[in-house]
Amino acid sequence: MKAVSDALGIELQEVDDWSCCGASSAHMTNFKLSVALPARNIIAAQKNKLDVMVPCAACFNRFKSAQHHLEADSVLRNEIEEIVGGKYDGSVSLRNPIDIIYNDIGLEKLSEAVTKKLDGLKPVSYYGCLLLRPPEVCEFDDYENPYMLDGIMNALGADARNWSCKTDCCGGSLTLGKTEIVVRLIDKMMKMATEAGANCIVTACPVCFANLDTRASESGRIPAFYFTEIIALALSLKGPEAWFKMHNVDPRPLLSSLGLL
Amino acid sequence: MSSFLKEVNDRMGGVPIQDCFHCRKCTAGCPVAFAMEYNPNAVIKMIQMGMKDAVLGSSTIWLCASCETCVTRCPNEVDIARMMDTLREMAIEKGVAPGEKNLLKFHEAFLSNIKMGGRINEPMMLVHYKLKTGDYFSDMGLGLSMFMKGKIKPISPRTKDMGSVRKIFKSTGK
Repeated sequence: MKAVSDALGIELQEVDDWSCCGASSAHMTNFKLSVALPARNIIAAQKNKLDVMVPCAACFNRFKSAQHHLEADSVLRNEIEEIVGGKYDGSVSLRNPIDIIYNDIGLEKLSEAVTKKLDGLKPVSYYGCLLLRPPEVCEFDDYENPYMLDGIMNALGADARNWSCKTDCCGGSLTLGKTEIVVRLIDKMMKMATEAGANCIVTACPVCFANLDTRASESGRIPAFYFTEIIALALSLKGPEAWFKMHNVDPRPLLSSLGLL
Repeated sequence: MSSFLKEVNDRMGGVPIQDCFHCRKCTAGCPVAFAMEYNPNAVIKMIQMGMKDAVLGSSTIWLCASCETCVTRCPNEVDIARMMDTLREMAIEKGVAPGEKNLLKFHEAFLSNIKMGGRINEPMMLVHYKLKTGDYFSDMGLGLSMFMKGKIKPISPRTKDMGSVRKIFKSTGK
């Protein structure tokens, strides 16, 4: 994320002393905790007077949801401000990098920065749940047929394949406690991606990435990427090869066969 | 109105769940309905019928992955995902044994990890989860391979002002 941001002229500043958003575990078990944890970070970010870029889809969802509740319910807002020890002023705009790259940088500029056109790479774009739903909270993209990540992939010279699982659920946090459910959901996605003519899956969410990379059955699985890995590859940035080594399903044979490594 | 229905609606706020007319769009689009004891729309009807023990003790409320497909597609804007959150919260408060034990243990391990360091430390969180569940061997090979590849890092930065994080946990009752 840092490498791609640098290359595209997005200047990053870390939110001062941030803490975890609590993810699914907080909102599934304690509503107030699920608002207070992200609120602590949103309030800490206010003093920077900058937009907050939230790359993780789960964090993005929890931040947007906390903001939604803080703005909709003044009694709750007062209580959370008391707990967190700061005032929420509504000044922070919460953005996901896909939205920033698509809308602020623009596909034309992205395409001009490409030094290695991704000929032969046929990804399906997988957005998952948490960037999109509920749409009135996330305000992200078309919530049944999103297109921003597909546009980004095509701008890099890849051939994004159309498919019907763009917004399906990977099972998320069930991955440890109910692994068999996640395996079933991921295997279906691998099958649908292959039927759509894809040779890899590109995802916008780190949790989806982890599940795609580790939970598919050995037969029929194809490599998965987090979307910045693909952008970095097309922009010939330093890093992708070392990142690919960390994958559970090694994407290097595919990329080598396409002459991209 | 059953007192259980009233309690759920009061805690959720928003559209009363009895606005559901059982079109079953939620169940049709639910990615985990195939594994659930009761379908999402059936849970609504059960709440209307006051079947508190069956609902709070069911596996359904823990299997819900919070993908929010149901609320996004509900023609009457019933927030079923929030309803599932509310039911889990009520089950914990009333000490009802969870229908899926390991899923609650995962959430407990995850949150206690944040309470300790402000940010998730993956190896510590995983060890804690394994100790709680006694499920030591599943994913052992995968975990080891991710560790060797440097994907899971033993040391990760913590939040400095832990006082403020602990205050959040204390004030929200966890």
